[in-house]
Amino acid sequence: MRKKRVQGSKGSRVEPSDGTCARVAVGLPTDAEPGLDPSTPQPLDPSSFVTIHVMGKAYEVPAGLTIMNAMEYAGYQFIRGCGCRGGFCGACGTVYRTKDSYKLKVGLACQTVIEDGMFLTQLPFYPANKAKYDIETLEPTTQTLVRYYPEIMRCISCNSCTKICPQDIDVMGYINAAIRGDHEAVADMSFDCIMCGLCASRCPAEIVHYNVGLLARRIVGAKLHKRASDLAERLKEIEAGECEPGVDKLTQMSEEELSKRFYDKKIRDIEPR
Amino acid sequence: MVYPESMRESIKRLEGTRKERMDQEFVMRTADQKKELLKGFHPDYIEESMRELTVGPNKGQRTPHELADVLEAYPVSDVGGLDFGSPDYDVDVLVIGGGGAGVSAALVAKEAGANVLLVTKLRVGDANTRMAQGGIQGADKPNDSPERHYLDVLGGGHFKNVPELAKALVMDAPGVVTWLEKLGVMFDKEDDGTMKTIHGGGTSRKRMHFCRDYTGAEIMRVLRDEMLNHDVPEVEFAAAIELLTDSKGAVSGAVLVNLETGQKRIVRAKTTILATGGCGRLHMQGFPCTNHYGATADGLVLAYRVGAELAFIDTIQYHPTGVAYPEQIVGLLITEKVRSLGAHLVNSEGNRFIYELESRDITASAIIRECREQKKGIDTPTGGVGVWLDSPLLDVLKGEGFVRSSLPAMFHQFARYDIEMDKVPVLTYPTQHYQNGGILVNGKAETGVKGLYAAGETVGGIHGRNRLMGNSLLDILVFGRRAGEAAAEAAKAMKQAPEIGASHVGPFVEELKAAGVPKDRRSPKLLPDYRRPEMQGRYAFLGPECTPA
Ligand SMILES: Cc1cc2nc3c(=O)[nH]c(=O)nc-3n(C[C@H](O)[C@H](O)[C@H](O)COP(=O)(O)OP(=O)(O)OC[C@H]3O[C@@H](n4cnc5c(N)ncnc54)[C@H](O)[C@@H]3O)c2cc1C
Ligand code: SF4
Ligand code: SF4
Ligand code: FES
Repeated sequence: MRKKRVQGSKGSRVEPSDGTCARVAVGLPTDAEPGLDPSTPQPLDPSSFVTIHVMGKAYEVPAGLTIMNAMEYAGYQFIRGCGCRGGFCGACGTVYRTKDSYKLKVGLACQTVIEDGMFLTQLPFYPANKAKYDIETLEPTTQTLVRYYPEIMRCISCNSCTKICPQDIDVMGYINAAIRGDHEAVADMSFDCIMCGLCASRCPAEIVHYNVGLLARRIVGAKLHKRASDLAERLKEIEAGECEPGVDKLTQMSEEELSKRFYDKKIRDIEPR
Repeated sequence: MVYPESMRESIKRLEGTRKERMDQEFVMRTADQKKELLKGFHPDYIEESMRELTVGPNKGQRTPHELADVLEAYPVSDVGGLDFGSPDYDVDVLVIGGGGAGVSAALVAKEAGANVLLVTKLRVGDANTRMAQGGIQGADKPNDSPERHYLDVLGGGHFKNVPELAKALVMDAPGVVTWLEKLGVMFDKEDDGTMKTIHGGGTSRKRMHFCRDYTGAEIMRVLRDEMLNHDVPEVEFAAAIELLTDSKGAVSGAVLVNLETGQKRIVRAKTTILATGGCGRLHMQGFPCTNHYGATADGLVLAYRVGAELAFIDTIQYHPTGVAYPEQIVGLLITEKVRSLGAHLVNSEGNRFIYELESRDITASAIIRECREQKKGIDTPTGGVGVWLDSPLLDVLKGEGFVRSSLPAMFHQFARYDIEMDKVPVLTYPTQHYQNGGILVNGKAETGVKGLYAAGETVGGIHGRNRLMGNSLLDILVFGRRAGEAAAEAAKAMKQAPEIGASHVGPFVEELKAAGVPKDRRSPKLLPDYRRPEMQGRYAFLGPECTPA
């Protein structure tokens, strides 16, 4: 058992655990039954604690945790700043500095491993503007993006947006493409955007990059890519009532009959991978 | 590459067998072999993991302890004393939940002319929908048909699916994919507009449509954008903690709590749609999970208290390929698409042991068997175990750079830990993924209780005992849309605002007391508590009298 002790800057209490709650490290409930399951991880090494500073307040936490798990270990229960816990929702954008470096770094709290001495803050929300449009009637031209988001013309090519993007997207690159009216390029380059808003927080031109990317992608998907003709064809067949009888027949079948058909390679052959 | 020495040896064996594995034909298991695998190794078959419910509409039926603990629980807060005279919101249709099901329901209800309110626990889109990578099914190719799709759905569900619901699923699919296409969801397509489609586990035709490996994220961000364009009123960080009912027991709204201030709000609604998603964060049997932070089965809890019947609550889906290493991301998903595209599952000796595209329950059972019984798993330094997923094989099959360009989200996920999955395999083990069962509905998304509709992962019956990949993104939109339409229709037919109250709560609490349910067991759970033990046990936002379940 490690003893509780008080330590850390600015008089904050640091209460290292007794080393029994390693499950926190992967987001498991600490009160669950000892795992029936072999994937359940073992306790972390209780001797390796590091200090992180959450909004300036120091906490000693086990090394190797993600920022999210470390904050929870420290006693935070998230309401904001935590959505998917898997790198997809952009709720947990985090800005931090490390010891002995002037550099501002970023990461998703749910994906980034803590470093000793890091100073961090989350940026769970940043005010943004969004244009309104009717995608159905919108007729895209090379001017469309500029028309809805004229501020993109104010880009001074400082590259701050690209530098802060936790998804390693060339954000400035897609804003430049937006200025050119190259929807395909914007769509392609911005595709991995999780709309965390970090780029918008840094932009001296007050651009909301991710909304520009979103509009471009919707234009490409709805207007520039050809519609799928197979899909349209099938929809027509369904609307004409051609598919229903076949399905209806199956809905009337017993489990045995269905099972027979399911395993019959002549009826249900499998398309090669 | 950061695999420790102990794990590297078996990677060499895997690389050694790659060439011969590529030419190897693997056969699907027969029905009997499947049964045996499930009985022996699927977590649902562990007798002591479940118990019989002692109260409510499903009394006497078995369900995992973790779900039983929230179904058989007292309200987090006594709403009986609230002033129902002046509701804070008065709407036609209340949609609870801001994932794909909720947002599509709200859009359609609004389009049908209803006055809609969407409330959600976190932000709109902080939801399982956002996390879906693999794709969405729909029988649109000339060699395919809704009939085939139906047979696949039923086979996956062990033929227990509710036929009416499975029919709705496959018949609406091409319409739903068309709807998304028109909204500007950027599907992967050929130059002539033909959808690129691949297999998923248990499909007989390639009918999985996808948007790189961000399918759910792409659908969610477009739907959310559309909702903003249409000015659908939404309230975020507003969790429903109880449904409201009229004196006849029909649902007529809900009580919300502002998660940041603790303030309660009353919504009066002519019709209410539950779209609260799944239950991964209950962590069945201590399994890690793939789900978002708010997946705590709240919808099941609320519906159960007003008397709605649940279906298939004894079956949980464990995804075969959760991350087993590195420790920081254990339990997160490795999308099935990796296997759809051709990657092999390989044991410590470098051999395959199952056809990779069996349905999920079978594949998961096979991996568990390989690790537990056959002892051919690969041990991790922290005591975990898993089998290899031979991802570099994809670059061999499809050309260099393929993994990076077609699985960017996956690649990122591992690259953050210096594991480049186009060069080295990734370690995998089953993880809790999906709630196969849920609130029983009919083809119009109506529950057994008047005024209450449900859609999305919170619903049960569509997928029977096991869902196939790509049919969930589909079902949330099929039934989200159906719920939106039906709820708007019913609301329009009601001339007067309904009566609101919470008279259903008292009798349920009496039942709990009679069954001897411990007093400190409360639900809905709202959010899991991952603070270290001595920090736990209190929801600041609900006040000291409310402790979590
Ligand atoms: C990692 C992952 C990958 C997946 N991949 C695929 C795939 O490739 N193909 C596929 O078809 N399916 C996939 N699925 C399954 C599919 O994504 C989900 O089943 C589906 O998106 C659920 O949609 P939903 O709208 O019902 O629920 P969700 O999208 O989870 O939304 C539920 C919403 O309700 C809110 N909520 C919960 N409780 C309350 C409350 N008390 N009050 C108010 N709001 C509340 C939640 O916060 C959330 O916003 C995947 C799931 C996961 C987790
Ligand atoms: S482009 Fe901006 S919003 Fe999108 S992921 Fe990068 S920083 Fe976040
Ligand atoms: S931060 Fe703003 S001004 Fe700077 S490069 Fe990016 S878009 Fe241009
Ligand atoms: S919590 Fe969603 S990206 Fe981190």
